[in-house]
Amino acid sequence: MSLWEYANPKKFMETTGWLLPWLTALTALTLGGGLVWGFFLTPDADRFGSTVKILYVHVPSAFIAINAWVMMLVTSLIWLVRRHHVSVLAARAAAPVGMVMTLIALFTGAVWGEPMWGTWWAWDPRLTAFLILFLFYLGYLALWAAIENPDTAADLTSVLCLVGSVFAFLSRYAVYFWAQGLHQGASLSVDRAQHVADVYAYPLWLTMAGFVFLFLTLVFVRTRTEIRARRLSALVARERKAA
Amino acid sequence: MSALLLRDLRLAVRAGGGFGLSLAFFLILAVLVPFGVGPDRERLALIAPGILWVGALLAALLSLDRLFQLDWEDGSLEALATAPLPMEGAVAMKAAAHWLTTGLPLVALSPVLGVLLNLAPAGYVWLPLSLLAGTPALSMIGAFGAALTVGVKRGGLLLSLLVLPLYVPTLIFGAEAARRGAEGLPALPILLMVAAISLAACAALPFAAAAAIRVSLR
Repeated sequence: MSLWEYANPKKFMETTGWLLPWLTALTALTLGGGLVWGFFLTPDADRFGSTVKILYVHVPSAFIAINAWVMMLVTSLIWLVRRHHVSVLAARAAAPVGMVMTLIALFTGAVWGEPMWGTWWAWDPRLTAFLILFLFYLGYLALWAAIENPDTAADLTSVLCLVGSVFAFLSRYAVYFWAQGLHQGASLSVDRAQHVADVYAYPLWLTMAGFVFLFLTLVFVRTRTEIRARRLSALVARERKAA
Repeated sequence: MSALLLRDLRLAVRAGGGFGLSLAFFLILAVLVPFGVGPDRERLALIAPGILWVGALLAALLSLDRLFQLDWEDGSLEALATAPLPMEGAVAMKAAAHWLTTGLPLVALSPVLGVLLNLAPAGYVWLPLSLLAGTPALSMIGAFGAALTVGVKRGGLLLSLLVLPLYVPTLIFGAEAARRGAEGLPALPILLMVAAISLAACAALPFAAAAAIRVSLR
């Protein structure tokens, strides 16, 4: 019994097919519970007022946005080294989810920034790094869409993901350096997660778990769709050959 | 290797297209910016290093899609793949040819355009220096992007979408070095960062680009 068994599409389909209903229920439970708890059962914060409740969407989505890319990096590497199709399909499945999470984080951040900082957007290092991450997702998906041969596309996007990870990482630190050089320190960004009181931290942990489960559910569903699409195109190709 | 380099240089200079055009583009950009932001000399001096860096970056981007595309279309890329020279070396030479025909002329042209944009006196040293340190990275990263999109029909737009995010660190450090230099702040450490990015890109990216080309030729 090893992890690589799940690289077999059949085994993967069986396992995820069994797992998905439970995962969906778990997602609904944790995400719904966390959001309800966070939105309705916690007091307003002193300085933030009720805007503090954006926290429950903003932080988990940002967390997923970054970790979706990390997951894509790992699965791309596995594809390049071990040539497991499920792996690269999972990377492809995770990309749109990660991109949407990046957008959600940026959007909720803007909505939060308007009342708190008085601006929708500032060239703060964190915000900028996220915008760049969004561009990386965009390029990755565009490359997938542009190439017809699935294996060529898988190889090229995986190489892009590896190189892109290095540059995304570099950009993140470059941006910190750049914004400090311009604005004398990132005075706008507070490390929120570390400074929240327990009242807010517990529901936040719950929504974090909810977003992780949501991400897993979506990636599984999308990977299954990709696998089925592959099977379908293989069938069509075989049919055409026979005819 | 040198034969390949010379061939690419000759092609770039004689066949028209990339070589002069990206320089002309750089010039036009520097002319257009004052129309956009107004002729106020102080404002121009403030943004000159950044504008010239962005301009150089876009000019380098402009000629990238020709890097492998023409060789791909007429089959010489396949001939190169079967040649005794490893693909990594071929890619590095192509990037070097691109740098010699766009990067280096951009470096030479940048002080002239600095006059148009009222660059601060110290900037005439630091802007070309920072471009000299940074443009190799632009060419090499661009060669990687061109290698990724070599099999894509009309991949020019896709190429810019892939390459521009990768240019971010180089641009940040390069423009910062030029800006600090122009303002008389210590710029050497940042210049060294730019050079480090260039060297790392030249050392590592030929392998990634060659892998991408091999996949496309498969």
